[in-house]
Amino acid sequence: MSSISKIDKNLPMRLRIEALIADYSHCIDEDQLENWPSFFTEDAQYRVFTRENYDLKLPVALIYCDGRGMLKDRISALRTANIFEPHVYCHMTSAIKFLENENDVQRIKSNFTVIRTMSEGDMTIFACGKTFDTIVEIDGMLKFKKRDIILDSRRVDTLLVVPI
Amino acid sequence: MESINLRNPKPFTWATNDFSQVPFRVYTDPEIYEREQKFLFQGPTWHFLCLEVELPNQGDYKMTQIGDAPIVVVRDENDNINALVNRCAHKGSLVCYKPRGNVKEFACIYHNWTYDLRGKLTGVAFSRGVGGKGGLTQEFKHNEHNMEKIRVEICRGLVMGTFNEKTPSFTDYIGTELLASIDRVFIKPLKVLGYHSQILPNNWKLYVENNKDSYHASLLHVFHNTFGVVRPTMGGGIKLSESRWHHLSYTERTEIKDDEIGKEKVRSLNDQYKLADPSMMKHELELGDTITNSIQTVFPTLVIQQILNALAVRQLIPRGVNKSELLWTVLGFEDDDAEIKELRLKVNNLVGPAGFISMEDGCVGGFIQKAAMANVDAKTVLPMGGVTIEPSKGSRVTEAAVRGFWKGWRECMKL
Repeated sequence: MSSISKIDKNLPMRLRIEALIADYSHCIDEDQLENWPSFFTEDAQYRVFTRENYDLKLPVALIYCDGRGMLKDRISALRTANIFEPHVYCHMTSAIKFLENENDVQRIKSNFTVIRTMSEGDMTIFACGKTFDTIVEIDGMLKFKKRDIILDSRRVDTLLVVPI
Repeated sequence: MESINLRNPKPFTWATNDFSQVPFRVYTDPEIYEREQKFLFQGPTWHFLCLEVELPNQGDYKMTQIGDAPIVVVRDENDNINALVNRCAHKGSLVCYKPRGNVKEFACIYHNWTYDLRGKLTGVAFSRGVGGKGGLTQEFKHNEHNMEKIRVEICRGLVMGTFNEKTPSFTDYIGTELLASIDRVFIKPLKVLGYHSQILPNNWKLYVENNKDSYHASLLHVFHNTFGVVRPTMGGGIKLSESRWHHLSYTERTEIKDDEIGKEKVRSLNDQYKLADPSMMKHELELGDTITNSIQTVFPTLVIQQILNALAVRQLIPRGVNKSELLWTVLGFEDDDAEIKELRLKVNNLVGPAGFISMEDGCVGGFIQKAAMANVDAKTVLPMGGVTIEPSKGSRVTEAAVRGFWKGWRECMKL
């Protein structure tokens, strides 16, 4: 089961970031969601937009978390409050591209696909799109300071409860 | 027992002459779906097309739908807003195929027939043929080949459309009391903050009923009940139009008396549940009252929503008998300051496809749709609050507005 890897700090930054994204994906896909907020800095922003809103420069997100508290609330709500049919995700990330690197702040973009499997077995491509990340190093660990996830489709099938 | 035969010979019966029992078949039968398109969506009903603020400039258009019918809504050179069936009068291709834009005229891409912004046919490519051969004959009358135009009324910035000449004016349709409830929310110039689309795995009517069902709000949704947005013990009530087709359910912030609700042991009341960051639940009283939740429906498929500071209109499009698409237009006001802008982004975590409240409405209809197949001739019952369709003050533990929906449905469908 997933845990945050002890990544060798001396590895090249690309390998460290790839490992961070792999750990993040396994954390969600293996339902270790209580660990999910720890991938972010205390003041992190995590937002899921549709491409439609993003392109029209409209500010409303599907999920808007400002600070780790709101990230934790997404998970506690999913565990204790919300009603939904059980399902799992499989994340696939590719085309990681480094955009800028200044003062040890890494900005990257990547593509993702999420395949959703319902408890009865129905499988669908639930989401795909781009992720824009701002990554910083805190106490030797890489953390997301900002994760903007842009869904290519304007439509969400039924509901979005497990984070992407 | 009243028995009605559709063109399809399957018998279709209502158990009673009131509106408190509904056969599951209405959610599953393709014949009924087809009849709804003609009798209900193109019947004596008003449909949300867009907001006036979405078409600020002459030539701005937006694609939308009334039931299965594609519609384009456009602001013309005289600043009138027109709604046209988005279908070329020639071969019937979509004329507009990009969701929004700005045009001087409409030109069908297939054979380049052109229309003005009122849908009037202005040009036919090669109408005189080439080299004196082909083209149109004298018999062809341009004015018999316009895009089909439907009636439009604009009310408080809502652009509404109807196919039917007999539909009363929009204000007569919803009545003065419910018009006042629209005024309560749309008190200032609106600003679109974004759009959501949620595919619902159920017949469209199950979602409309869900909005009219004030009984479920505090039972299904932990966030409503636990955080005191909607509790049965809070103040508020149900308003109904004279026709009973349209409704408003509202909840007022009052001192919460938990005695009665405590006895019920409902899943959705969880006083142990706390948010690590409750800032999104802050309610800025901006509408001149203490109403925390106001859900207003305009028959058949428009919802006007205020949940704390989350404002939206929701438009429902049927996508076949087993599926529907809910289109959200998330709103703020033009004069929102930075603080309220930020609050709206946060509180919108409650609504939309990923909303702590609304996601549950996304799945519950699918649960009914699956179970309906057990026996489509069995009936769902709507007994809460009796069998009448009367407004109420205080208690929202009633299905009166759902029964009102079925009254409207049966009157339109002639079933």
